[in-house]
Formats: sequence, C-alpha cells, structure tokens
Amino acid sequence: MKTRDLGELALRNLREALLRNSLTTLGIAVGVASLVAMLSLGVGLQELATKRLSNSGLFDTVIVMSRSGLRGFGRSSEPSRRAAAGSDQSSEQDHAPRVSPPLDDSAREALQKLPNVVEVYPQIRFPTEVRFAGKPYATMVAGIPDSARGNGAFDGINGNFFSGGNADEAILQSEFAKDLSDKPSSLIGKDLVLRYAERQALGTQAAGTSSSSGTENVDNGSGGFSVVPREKNLRIVGIVDTEPAAGFGGIGSGRVLIPLAVAETLRAAQLNDLRDVVRGANGKTTYASLTVRAKSPSQVEKIESAIKDMGFSTFSLLDATRNLRIFFTIFDSLLGIFGSLALAVSTLGIVNTLVMAILERRREIGVLKALGAADRDVKQLFFAEAGVMGLMGGIFGVGMGWLIGRAVTFGTNVYLRRQDLPPAHVFSVPLWLIFGGIVFSVVVSLVAGLYPASRAARLNPVEALRYE
Amino acid sequence: MSIAGNGAAIRAEHVSRHYQMGSALIRAVDDVTLEVGAGEFLALLGTSGSGKSTLLNLMAGLDRPSAGAIVAHGRNLSELSSVELAQYRSRTVGMVFQSFNLLPKMTLEENVELPLRLAEVDRSERGARVREALERVGLAKRATHRPSELSGGEQQRTAIARALVNRPTILFADEPTGNLDSATGESVMQLLKEIQLSMGMTIIMVTHERPLASRFADRIAALADGKLVSDGVAA
Repeated sequence: MKTRDLGELALRNLREALLRNSLTTLGIAVGVASLVAMLSLGVGLQELATKRLSNSGLFDTVIVMSRSGLRGFGRSSEPSRRAAAGSDQSSEQDHAPRVSPPLDDSAREALQKLPNVVEVYPQIRFPTEVRFAGKPYATMVAGIPDSARGNGAFDGINGNFFSGGNADEAILQSEFAKDLSDKPSSLIGKDLVLRYAERQALGTQAAGTSSSSGTENVDNGSGGFSVVPREKNLRIVGIVDTEPAAGFGGIGSGRVLIPLAVAETLRAAQLNDLRDVVRGANGKTTYASLTVRAKSPSQVEKIESAIKDMGFSTFSLLDATRNLRIFFTIFDSLLGIFGSLALAVSTLGIVNTLVMAILERRREIGVLKALGAADRDVKQLFFAEAGVMGLMGGIFGVGMGWLIGRAVTFGTNVYLRRQDLPPAHVFSVPLWLIFGGIVFSVVVSLVAGLYPASRAARLNPVEALRYE
Repeated sequence: MSIAGNGAAIRAEHVSRHYQMGSALIRAVDDVTLEVGAGEFLALLGTSGSGKSTLLNLMAGLDRPSAGAIVAHGRNLSELSSVELAQYRSRTVGMVFQSFNLLPKMTLEENVELPLRLAEVDRSERGARVREALERVGLAKRATHRPSELSGGEQQRTAIARALVNRPTILFADEPTGNLDSATGESVMQLLKEIQLSMGMTIIMVTHERPLASRFADRIAALADGKLVSDGVAA
C-alpha cells in the first residue's frame, strides 16, 4: 500500500475510535511533557549555573603568561623569572616546547583575534599611596575591565560601578574604606588622590636622561626607564565587600579599583617593568600576564590549547568547568530517566489501545486480507496508527512541557521575589529538545506498536472473517 | 459444461484441508479434484459443514491446503509466498461474502476503492474505476452513502462492485444470497449471471440452495463430508 493511502486509512481508523485514541494520545503527551519538563529543568539549571559562573569571571578566563626562561627554553643568560612572572599559579606544560614569544602588544592583538575571545586585557596592579583627608595610606591599585560590570562580585556594591571605561573614578574595597573613614558609605562621592610612580622611557642613546614620555608600548630604546612621581584625583563611586575574584583573573589583590583604561594611561611602574629592564627585551613593554576572556566556559579548552600553540603558558579553571559539565550530564540523565518513566507508562497505553483495536477490528483485518492486503500492509497500518498517535502526543507533550516550564518559572520567580532575590530562568526548552521530544515520542510509539502490529499481521483471514 | 471451453481458470488437484481439534482430525476437505473452466459459473452445493466454504477459501487463496494443489491460471498457489498470495487475492480473484463485509464507517465509494488502494492503483485512475464498478451494479447514485443506509440487496451489490473493481478473472461468492430475502436474492443472482455473461467472468459460488444453483449456474458440484459427491451440468 502506498504511504499516502496508509496515512489516510490510519487517520480514518484513529478517528473512528476518537475518544479512546485521544486518551491514549493524551497519555503519550503527558509522558512527553514530563520528559520535556524534566530535561528543560536540567538544561535551565545548567544554563543558570553556567551563566552565574561566567559572571564570576572564574570559569571563562584564561591567564596567559610568557613561558620563556621558565623551563630553560629562554635565553641562557637569563635567570629564572618564575617569581617575577607571578607564575606560582601557572600550570604550564610542555605543550609547545619552544621559545615563548614576548607577551607584548602584538601578542595581545594575536590573542584578541582568536575565535570566541571576547576581550584580552592586562593585569595592572601597582603599589600606591592614597591621600585622603590629608592622610597617606599605602595600598595596591588594580585596573578593572569594563566588562566586570556584570560580574557577580559587584552585585552587592554599595554605590555604583564606574560610570564609564575612562572615568576618573575609584571603587574601594570595604576593609580599605573602613581605614579611610568610620562611616565608609559617606565616602561615596568624595575625592581621593592617588600618588604613584609613573614610568617614563629613556631615549635610545640617552639612557639616564630624563623622561621623554613616548607612548607606553613603543618605548624604543634600551628598555630602561625612569620613575616620576605623579598624582591623580579620583572620585569614589562605590564600595565592594569582597575583593572581586581575589587572587585570580587579574582583578583581585587591589584595594583601590580603578577602570582598566584609566590604569593603563597612568603608565604606573609595575613589578614586571623591572624584569624587562633586566631582560633587555628590545625596549618593548611586555605584560606579566594577560587575561583572555572567552565567550563561554565551554570555549575555554579550545582557546587555551590555541594559546599554548602560540608558545605561551596558560592557566584556567578548566577542570572545574569540565567537572561541572560532567555533573550536569549525569544530572540531565537522571532527570531524563525520571521523565521517561511517565513515557514508559504511556507506551503501555499504546500497546493496550492497539491490542484492543485488533480485537475490535478482527473482522476488518480479515476483509482487508481477503481484498488483497498482505501481512506487511496490515502491519504498516497499525504502525502508522501508532506513529500518528506518537506524533500527536509528541507535539502536544512538548507544548505541555513548555507550559509546565513556564508555570514553574513563574512560581519560582514569585518565591524568589518574596525572598528579595533576583528572578531566574530555571527552565529552558532549546530547539533540540522540541524536535528530540517529538521524534522520541514517535520512536517510542512505533516500538510500542511492534507487538500489536505483528499480531494483527499474523491473523488468519479465514478465522478473522468468521469472527463476530 | 464449460461455456467457452477455453481451458481451466482454476483447478483443485486432490486437495485436502484437515484441522486438528483436540485429538480428533477434522477432514474439512478430503481429496477433492475439481476443474473450473474460464467463464464458467460453478455452484458448490452442500449442507452446512460439507466443506464447500473451506474449498472456496482454499481456491480464493485465503487458506492453504494440507495436501494437494490449487492451480489458478497455471500457477500453483501452494508455491506462492504470502505476498504473492496477497497479490493473487488482490488482482486475480474477487470475493463476495454472505454477510457483505463492507466497512461500516466508509461510504460505498470508499469501500469500493479499498481494493484499489491495496493494489496500489494510481490515484487518478481510481475515481473512474469506482464509478464504473458502481454503475455496473446500479448504485452509482448512492456512492456517498454508508452501508447502514442501504438495503441488504444494495449492500451485496456494493460488495460485488468491490469484488469487481480490480478487474479479476475469477469471482468467488460465499452464500451471496444467504442474508437476503428471496426476491432480493434473485436479483443478486441475476446480477452475477449478467456479470458472467457480459464480462466472461469465471464464477464459483457456494450455496446450499439447489434451486438457485440449478437456475443460474452452469455446473453444480456437490460436497458432503468434505468429499466431492457429484459434479455435473446444472439441471
């Protein structure tokens, strides 16, 4: 029998026992809905967790360090600069055992061009003296990239994040703010003075003469520089309780946080500047480390590998994200199994409906066979009926699952609002789940139809025709 | 008597069909040899349980014999696969039952179209074939009615149209007038006779009514207890 005829006959047969077939289809729909709802919950929670972790800046960043000299691949005359490179966290491997290129602006540009890289920024941290209300306070300043605006660490900020990437503003770490004033929140809006050492490059021949302040990164010459004291007025705009991502990602370790762009223009002398002088690195400014931020934690592995291929050392919390993925894979599987239980029950409904249909339509099967239907035709007819029920159940089920998801999200957000917490999308129904749910429903229904269909096909036409 | 005398349409050679019922062996058809010529109208006469319907089912390809062979148009049905046997039922033979066996939820034209669907006849051809078959039995105007809206005679005519729509060469009728009053039965028999004569159709009809068989059939083969007891020209 041709497919179209098969489809028409199947639909006709389904319409004839409309109530029973609708109930069976509803059973499948409930099964699919529970599966879709469970998996959407898993996917939604995974997305939520991933988003939160991405925001923390811990899982989507790769710290890039120059590897030269660390393992003897650098210039033989150089002593180990392990300490200077601040590489105590580094997980450098002999991934690309060759001399590491300098971590300078051209390397920064190359890193920026890697696929799925959102931004590349240096760690800028320097010792400084802050003058506030006439008193000096020694502390560390750290540059904060503008992208840290959405960072979870700034969620509980007292005041505001920087008004812009180039604003002359500062955010204080709360412990430091307490040093400045007994009422830290009163500091917001007030100005402080940053006293720091500006690095000024020496001319090519005139080493030792005073500053000829060229742009920061093209200090052509011997690599030597002089240090000039400078001052900078900054307005305090916010106070944060925790040091954001302290000790990792280049953000932490500062008690006065200023916009990264501002920090770069200050050309403040940093620890690695001394190293550059010792190394005599063509007079170009090199970075102690660069922070590469990926689009998502899942891209970190590829990016890290590409950077290693460029000859740099890298560090990331990749293992943590991998474990997270493993956790969610197991979590999703478990949710899928629970969701499938309802679908398994509904497959019994399909088997039951079709077996009942065989009993009722015994005579009809006999007539079909007498009129020339082969066993295969009868089998396909029952299969088609099971498939149509599966398709309809799948479509309704995915719709119901989506509605359940919306309802649960709504309920969760009502609860979260009552707890003064921001709303969250705990459900997510991606496209693959929609199509996967429908296909799975059809496949399961066809499997359920296997036994009834082959039983119907095996019916002896003479006995079937005799059946009243 | 073979009407045209132009060879055998179907032949049963020492055909037996036995059933095991507990410890007893039922010989529904027992060593029957019978030949039906092309275009011939044969009546299989017998009382209930004589084996006439079983023999009809064997010749119609609905059942397989325990022993012996059924040869239709030179092909031994025992040697056909189940798919080939289905094709034989679909294209070579037509079947009419005592209880009509129309599908109640389908209209007349849908019922008549069913064998065309099974035979995978092209959709564009079907409408004309269905109309032609319904016109032949005089029911073209009731094509969109359901079987329950028709009289018994009309239902049986529809069943005959359904049996003819695939243009078979042999028509099997199992007690076609069994559920009809005598007047209606008579008209159905006349229709069958007309089909035999106008189309050159080979008709094999099971009946227990000798007068009917005598009037319309060319030849009567009588069965009793599964055996062929007489075979001769209808009186």
